[in-house]
Order: sequence, then C-alpha cells, then structure tokens
Amino acid sequence: MKVVGAADGPVVMLAHGFGCDQTLWRGVTEILASRFRIVLFDHVGAGASDPAAWDAERYAHMSTYAADIVDIAQELDLTDVTLVGHSVASMMGVLAATAAPDRFTKLILLTPSPRYIDDGDYRGGFSSEDIDELLESLDSNYLGWSASMASVVVNAPDRPELESMWTASVCRTDPACARVFARTTFLSDNRADLPGVPVPTLIIDSARDSLAPSQVGRFVHEQIPGSVRITLDVSGHCPQITAPELTAETIADFVRPS
Amino acid sequence: MIDDLDVEDLYENAPCGYLSVRPDMRIARLNSTLATWLGFEVDALVGTDFGELLTVGGRIHFETHFGPMLLMNGKLDGIALDLVTADRRRLPVFITANVKIDAAGRPVLIRITALDARDRRTYERELVQSRTRAELLAKTLQRSLLPPALLPPSGMTAAAHYRAASRDEVGGDFYDLFPLSDDCWGFFLGDVCGKGAAAAAVTSLTRYTLRAAAVYDENPVAVLQNLDSVLRQEFRDANAQFCTAVFGILSRTDTGFEVSMASGGHPPPLVLRADGTAHYVPMTGGQLIGILRHARFVPATVTLEAGDTLMLYSDGLTEARVGRGRYDDDGALLEFATAHAPATPAAIVDDLRLLLRSFGDGLADDAAVMALGVSPAPDSAESSEG
Repeated sequence: MKVVGAADGPVVMLAHGFGCDQTLWRGVTEILASRFRIVLFDHVGAGASDPAAWDAERYAHMSTYAADIVDIAQELDLTDVTLVGHSVASMMGVLAATAAPDRFTKLILLTPSPRYIDDGDYRGGFSSEDIDELLESLDSNYLGWSASMASVVVNAPDRPELESMWTASVCRTDPACARVFARTTFLSDNRADLPGVPVPTLIIDSARDSLAPSQVGRFVHEQIPGSVRITLDVSGHCPQITAPELTAETIADFVRPS
Repeated sequence: MIDDLDVEDLYENAPCGYLSVRPDMRIARLNSTLATWLGFEVDALVGTDFGELLTVGGRIHFETHFGPMLLMNGKLDGIALDLVTADRRRLPVFITANVKIDAAGRPVLIRITALDARDRRTYERELVQSRTRAELLAKTLQRSLLPPALLPPSGMTAAAHYRAASRDEVGGDFYDLFPLSDDCWGFFLGDVCGKGAAAAAVTSLTRYTLRAAAVYDENPVAVLQNLDSVLRQEFRDANAQFCTAVFGILSRTDTGFEVSMASGGHPPPLVLRADGTAHYVPMTGGQLIGILRHARFVPATVTLEAGDTLMLYSDGLTEARVGRGRYDDDGALLEFATAHAPATPAAIVDDLRLLLRSFGDGLADDAAVMALGVSPAPDSAESSEG
C-alpha cells in the first residue's frame, strides 16, 4: 500500500483489476500526483501483497476484496475518497462504496462489467467455457513459475520517490492466487448491486473494448441511478495504459470539477 | 543484391510467424509464413484486431495481463498463447514482442513473432496434467490418513486442523480420536519422519496399529511399545522408519475426564485450564518410536474438569521459522496458550489456524493440531454474580 502525491489534495484511491497490480496506474498517478493524494495498493494475492494474508477460500468471494478496500480506508482514516476501480475491481468498488458511503463519497468505474457471462437477454460477451479457457491460458504461462519468483515479487522496495516506487517485476502474480482471482472475478454477478450504489458515480468505458463492450457500459450506466457515463475514443480494456492523459484528466474532472 | 540476402524473402518466409500491430492492436502487416499457418490471405487480416486471432480465453489474458505488460515494459518474452486458424483449429505458439516508440516515447508499432509450439505445448500440457494428478493423489491420500470427523465422547468437544507445507506431497503428521467403550476413548497425534509416499505408508501402518493396539491394551506406554515393535519389524531390512507420537486414553470420571497418556519423542501437550491458566503436561524424555531397541516412553496423567482443554500439536507449529529463529524458541507457545485460556477446542484450534497461516512461507513442515475439551458446566456461564 502506498500513499503519494499532494498531501492536502482530494483523496483518490486506485484499485487494480485482474492480471496486473498497482503498476497499471503508473501513468495516471504521475499525472495526478501534483494535485491529488493518491492511494495505491495490490489486492491480496496480487503483486507485492503479503503472501501470508492469502487464503484461497476467503479470497474466492468478491466481498472479501471489497472489505479489504474498506479496511484500507479505515486504517488510513480516509474520508471524502474517490474510489476508482478498474475492470473486475469496479464491482469491488461498487460493494465498498455501498458498504462505506461515509468514506467513499464518489465512485469511478473504469471499463466495468457487472457480469461477464451471458445470461438470458443480458450480453456480457462471454461463456463460462471462455473463462475455463482463460484458466488454461494461465496454466500454460505459469509453467515456469517457481518459488524463487515469488520472492522477487514480494521484495518491493518501499521507496517514496515516484519514479522508483514501481516494482521491476510488473504484474507477476502467484499462479495459484491468479486462478482464484480470475474465477472469482470473471464468474461473479454483481448486476443486482448496481441500483443500490449510494454515491455519485462516473462510468468511463472504452469505445472498442472486447472485455467490457459498449452495451455493458450502457447497462451499468442505466442501472446506477444518477450515474454519468463517458466513453473514451480509445481501444482496449486498459485506457490508463493506452491513454493515460485522457484517463487521468477524466478522473480529475470528476473528483474536482473545474 | 545477392539472392540469399533478399530482405523481403527473409521476412515473408521466415521460419516464424511475424506480424506488426498498431498500438490499438490492429494488424499493420504480417508475413506469409503466419498467413499460411492461419489459413488466411495476408490481406484478409491486415486491419483486423490482433485479439481476434486468439482464443477467447487467451484474448482475456492478453487484454488484462500481457498487453499492459508489453506496453509498460516495452517487450514480452516467450508467452504461450493459442492462435485460431481459419478452420477454427488451435495453433499453439510462443509469442515474443517488442515495442517501437517515437521520439516522445509513445508506442507507434508493436513487432510480434510467433513460434510454432505444438510439440512443446503438448508436452507441457501433459506435465501440467501429471502435476494436477499428483496433487489430487496427494490430497486424497492425505485425507484418507486423517479422520473425516472427530468423534468425542458426550460431555466433550474436539477440533483439529492440518496444514500441509506442500501441495503435491503427502505430509507426515497424523491424528485421530475414537471410541473404545462407553466410557473410554482413545486418541493420538504424531509425526512420521519425512514426507511423500514412503511416509504415507508409515503413517497408514502407524494409524491402524495404534487403533488396534488400543483395543487390547489400556496402558498407553504398552500401546506405544506395540507400535514400536511393529515399525521395527516392518522396516528392519529397509531404511529405518520412525515417528513421534502422543497416545492417550480418556476415561470418564464423575466430574470430567482422566487422561492417561504416553509420549514417544513428541513435544508435550498443553492444558488450558478453565481458570485461565495454561501449563505443559510434563512428559519430556520419551524416545523416538521405531528405531531403538528398548525405547523408553514417558507416561503422564492429567484430569480435565469442566472448561479445561488439552491441546496436542506437531513440531511443524513450534519450529515454524519466524524472523531468524523458530516460533517456540523463547516459549511463545505457552504464552499463546496462556493468552487464549480458557478456550474451547473449536476456539483454540481456530486461533492456531490463524497463527499457522500467519507464518506464511515460514511454515517449513506440515503442522497438525488437535484439541480435546470438557464442555463448560452449563450453569457456570449463567451463574455470574450480579
């Protein structure tokens, strides 16, 4: 967990999604740090998180990840937080903001999807077989993973300078944790949680995103009362990587309207 | 230019698939080797999304993991993905990529090579399957060596927890609790040297020997001597196999249970008293079971009254690495027991489970814990004054 940027600025907490760690927010953080107080963290099981905190059964539930987000805000005694959840973490954001609206006063969902699997008339874009295929791809690519790799990941230097705080081992995650995280997040269904979001919400989606297609962004927007939706003219699921300036400024405008 | 340095030919007919994509992942160009592998005309693919060449699961993996890594690190090395051909077959490849950037450091083009990985991936899938089978086998075997449920006598509760240090090897710790007669119960907790299949065989033999011996003998020391003879007889020619264990018999008294135990080289149990104190059962000095002629086993008897709990554990707990030392180097376990006393078996085992988890990688060996407790007197909780 790291807190960087303007100490007296509005608090922006950035939650990463599946497949990576807080490094994904590097570009956005560098742009926002002069104006905002940025809170970054790795979900338990990802990046440089403490391996001892991992529990395969507990972390098979979205609510556990969401509770961790609330815990961080409590531990740092943060209020008036804008919580930004990317991809699968957007629904963790929905759960966290609903549980603690006294701390999270604004919510930003970056390329969100409340349900990846098709269901009746709802088109999430995927089938459960596709998720099995993802797990298979994880297995194929973690063949070379060994215990020695884990220590590289854990050995995150705790240096405050912005330019040197990112770990060298970008997005390396223990395969056992990645499997649980993938299953939990991609098979979850949080559609029923959307109407209950009690705080102002901004949905940022990408014009061309095969993971969270346009109709899903529209669905989230329709389901969250009073939400605002901004579609960025970009491609891919990670606009904070492909278009960091645009993503950062869209976040900034919502946190502190100019 | 001489023929063998024809760059166009080197590109088009390279022994690997070669393509370049724009930062938005649209295909800018690909060589004829790759087009042939995929069964498409080159022109049919130019301008399409690279992700569409992948399986759906592979595309999710690429979008969430490899793509961001590629753009952040500027390269990718040897990742395994499946391409999908025109006739919907899967073509396993290894992908390597790097990013071409402009003067401002922005990506302008991504160069990707694909190596045919059909044979390698078949082999790797077999390896993964073998490992999965080995893990399943270890898990099943492990489960067969531990009781599916503990069956305490009425008036008593019991709880146990097992934490394996390794996912694909059977551990060497074991425990059980079982009825001998209406008022008499047997229990044990022990640790076989080593792990894996050889240790599992010893564990299995140890378990049924102890259960059978308990039926014929009421003296715990005699039960351990019986086990000692069996282990020495069984492994006399091969490598000696030995274990440590505490074996005990619970006998009902008017107000609780008398616990008659014997230890063979095993760390002494703890008693958590109803009054909030805790102490070790004095039974050190017993010798390893199965390798020594005339091994000596140490008896001890304690009584458990309402609210008292007996706690047994293996050295995986006490010898977990913490910092530069081991967990119990300075008496941490007795402190832990004292801090949690009084405690029901379920409560103390739950706390031990959290303690074991907190060791993380420091838990070098398997750890087993079992707690047996006399239920608190029903009126003691309600008889508080005022």
